[in-house]
Amino acid sequence: MLECCDPINASHSQRLIMNLTLVVLVPFLGAALTGWVSRYGRLRSAWMAGAVTALALACLLPSLPVPFTGEPLIQRLPWMPGLGLDLVFRLDGLGLLFAMMILGIGLLVIIYARYYLDADDCMGRFYAYLLLFMGSMLGIVLAENLILLLMFWELTSLSSFLLISYWRHRQDARQGARMALTVTGLGGLALLGGFLLLGEIAGSYELSVILASGEAIRAHPLYSPMLVLVLLGAFTKSAQFPFHFWLPRAMAAPTPVSAYLHSATMVKAGIFLLARLFPALSGTPLWSVLVMSAGLATLLIGAWIALFKHDLKGLLAYSTVSHLGLITLLFGIGTPLAAVAGVFHIINHATFKASLFMAAGIIDHECGTRDMRRINGLWHFMPYTATLAMVASASMAGVPLFNGFLSKEMFFAEAANFFDLSTWSWVLPVTVVIASALAVAYSLRFIHDVFFNGEPHDLQRTPHEPPHWMKVPVEILVAICLLVGIFPGFTVEPLLAVAADSVLQCNSPAHDLAIWHGFNSAFAMSVIALLGGLLIYAARRPLFMIAARHEGLIDAGVLFGRTQQAVIGAARAVTTAFDTGSLQRLVALLLIGALGLGAVGLLGVSAPLTGTATLVPADGISLIVALGLGAGAIATTVLHRQRFTALIVVGVLGLLIALIFAKFSAPDLALTQLSVEVVTIVLLLLALYFLPQHTPAESSRVRRVRDLGLAAIAGLGTTALAWGILTRPGATISGYFLDNSVPGGGGSNVVNVILVDFRGFDTLGEITVLALAGLGIYAMLKGLRLPGMTLDPSGRPWNWDLHPTIMAALTRLLLPLALLVSAFIFLRGHNQPGGGFIAGLITAVALIMQYLTNGVEWTHRRLHGNMHPVIASGLLVGTLTGMASFVFGHPFLTSTFSHVHWPLVGDFELASAMAFDLGVYLVVVGSTLLILIHLGLMRSAATQERD
Amino acid sequence: MLSTAVSIAFLLVGAAFVMALLRLLYGPDQPDRILALDTLYVNTVALLVLLGIHLGSALYFEAALLIAMMGFVGTVALCKYLLRGDIIE
Repeated sequence: MLECCDPINASHSQRLIMNLTLVVLVPFLGAALTGWVSRYGRLRSAWMAGAVTALALACLLPSLPVPFTGEPLIQRLPWMPGLGLDLVFRLDGLGLLFAMMILGIGLLVIIYARYYLDADDCMGRFYAYLLLFMGSMLGIVLAENLILLLMFWELTSLSSFLLISYWRHRQDARQGARMALTVTGLGGLALLGGFLLLGEIAGSYELSVILASGEAIRAHPLYSPMLVLVLLGAFTKSAQFPFHFWLPRAMAAPTPVSAYLHSATMVKAGIFLLARLFPALSGTPLWSVLVMSAGLATLLIGAWIALFKHDLKGLLAYSTVSHLGLITLLFGIGTPLAAVAGVFHIINHATFKASLFMAAGIIDHECGTRDMRRINGLWHFMPYTATLAMVASASMAGVPLFNGFLSKEMFFAEAANFFDLSTWSWVLPVTVVIASALAVAYSLRFIHDVFFNGEPHDLQRTPHEPPHWMKVPVEILVAICLLVGIFPGFTVEPLLAVAADSVLQCNSPAHDLAIWHGFNSAFAMSVIALLGGLLIYAARRPLFMIAARHEGLIDAGVLFGRTQQAVIGAARAVTTAFDTGSLQRLVALLLIGALGLGAVGLLGVSAPLTGTATLVPADGISLIVALGLGAGAIATTVLHRQRFTALIVVGVLGLLIALIFAKFSAPDLALTQLSVEVVTIVLLLLALYFLPQHTPAESSRVRRVRDLGLAAIAGLGTTALAWGILTRPGATISGYFLDNSVPGGGGSNVVNVILVDFRGFDTLGEITVLALAGLGIYAMLKGLRLPGMTLDPSGRPWNWDLHPTIMAALTRLLLPLALLVSAFIFLRGHNQPGGGFIAGLITAVALIMQYLTNGVEWTHRRLHGNMHPVIASGLLVGTLTGMASFVFGHPFLTSTFSHVHWPLVGDFELASAMAFDLGVYLVVVGSTLLILIHLGLMRSAATQERD
Repeated sequence: MLSTAVSIAFLLVGAAFVMALLRLLYGPDQPDRILALDTLYVNTVALLVLLGIHLGSALYFEAALLIAMMGFVGTVALCKYLLRGDIIE
């Protein structure tokens, strides 16, 4: 259907200046700054938001002339080259048009919102969200890469969610925000699928490539599913039928948000996508059918519902839905002239609808209600605002001399051209005229009901004109409506032409933006629509009565709610089928599942269990240790009802495992295991004090037998798997680390070099988790007071001697020795078994020993009990060490090392990894002590309170 | 000469290990078990040092050192529990 030719050579022009990236990033950075600045006065955040927008606009200005040369400007910044994803932005006519709209209307909305928001609304939060949205929307319209576009697409959904739920104390705001997020999020998911398919089909995610390979894309077998997915994304975002219902409910947002997101910019993102991908996707029957039917249905349904809305914003919301349908329909018709008309109507709708929303906000602000049955005759109270609103409504209705008329006339012309005497082709022009007549009627209602039609009913306050600067944004937008409407050739033509060129990817066809085209079919349709609108409005009373009778009969929102409930119910049913709150049941299900899947995997496998590797002969000591391990494990199970005894046996198991580690040349593991073992025993003892000393038998005998069988099978299966794997020779990755440990990390202890160097980032994550766990436990125990046992398990009173003197004296002597061992283990860690983690545990255990034998009070007199600074400094040291490599231009956590010769000590190697290890050490000491001490203090505090 | 002595020592320490393990399992009282665990710590230290002598390696020394220290703390904690219940007060 694309009948224009003469394609523009879309060449990549690479510039060194990265101003497009700045245009997108400035609002994001500005959002944080705006939120912060609002601490020092609410108006500052308004000024800051305005300044940020102006700055983004200033960043755009240098590139302004580029699209007019006919070539898109493409700027590329390497981001994730490994994934083929760059921060690559594109400025062409369409992008320029949208960027100007986003920034221009954004600036006006910021001015307007400063007067709109009440004194008790948090202004900083509002502007921060608004800038967040602005950056995301700019990202969509300037993105060159589809994946990048999708990321910004999702960000607009999120920021829209935040803005709709801005008044979070209101239930309708929260519900509307959730619904908008669900619908647009669903569309985003579909869009992701569509983009992945499109990228696969075109062989690239870059728009330049995709736009140039339209033929190949349309001929591809995956074209249809891809198109459906992409259109799902576009239709949900642009509120096309049957996904239109979220938009009216998003009107719970403050009016500046409605003016900005839900009429001028965000809802146009779907249409932007249609326009953006128009050369690549349009021109097939499937495109025409899907896009035209969605557009036509939305156009008609939106206009019909809008007429009957008593809520001012509701009327505008459904009118927006209807106009979005109009633009979609134009892109669905698919002729080049229709696309030009679509782009033109995007501009016109943004100007008149944003100004109407602002006017509605002023009226709401002044009257305290938006119910058109109560607001009447405002002409007497605010004639100036009324004039502005009437101009904008006239534009919305498509009255000549206003900009809405021009694009509507082009729209009528396209609809009339569609009529080709085939059987059903009359449907389109007729529906279009009906919808336009409805648009005239609701515009008329907006003017007549609000500004005339008698006196206002029971308003809480007397309306008057708003502050001057609240009207200025409306004035500017209305002025644009008039200027474009009267002098289209001088004002909008260049921008429209260049935008249409980039939509069509070739020179747009000749179009004439004159007001008077002579007596043709489009003019006739305009006249019929205007007169029909007058008639419909005149006959409104019976129509309203019919509408009132059928109100709420078909409400897509209710349907959505029911679907949502059904989905949640189904999900809950599935969950409760498995999870009844019993841990035993979950473990049993897990084991049965694992065994079942494992058995299925083994079906038909004929390989022998034992592999070909030569077995190592068993020696006496290993046998004894293995025997002890088995006996200990069985004993723990048998004795587990006597908890203290079981704990002692578990201690033996830990010891034996450490011995096995040592025997099989893993001294680091052995040291770690030993240190963790003691800390675990102390931890369990602390908890055991508050718990029953015996576990009662709760399960039935049958169940215990079943569980025993299950456990035995699972154990045997694991053993068989381990045996199978261990007896097979296989290449491991340890060779690489052994070879690279000294040249790459400067340490001969491979385990430690892996921890602090090769996998340093993982370790940083782990110590962060440890710190969070420590703080989390601290937070949960804070203020928790539990009574402990007053008698020991056998019923005797506790020993009177809190701290036996011999023990106390002995452990005091041990402290410096233990700390010496700790320092020793820490320092040698890089080359010999040891390191920050083990050293940290040793220090923690040495200090815990003092708490055990000398008491909290004695210890706290000598050692400050506040462990938070220790944890914080540990994390800080670790992170700063990692960031230090930025200074030298290396990636995060790049380590360096050199050898120094110390007197007496000899050749000693200093690695930056050692500083990182110090961070690990501090976090381990801090977290371990924090957890253990506060567990121990639960009882002591309770005793003190009782005393 | 040394290898013979080490072999005999292995045998004896191994026997001590098994007996301590049995005592731990039999009990009958909690102090018996704690004492058995402590003995097991000592035996393990001996085993590790013997292993070091046997293989001519110093690698096992730290593990032995750590058991000597950590085992003591474990024993203290368990005993404190028997005496007072609340081990950190």
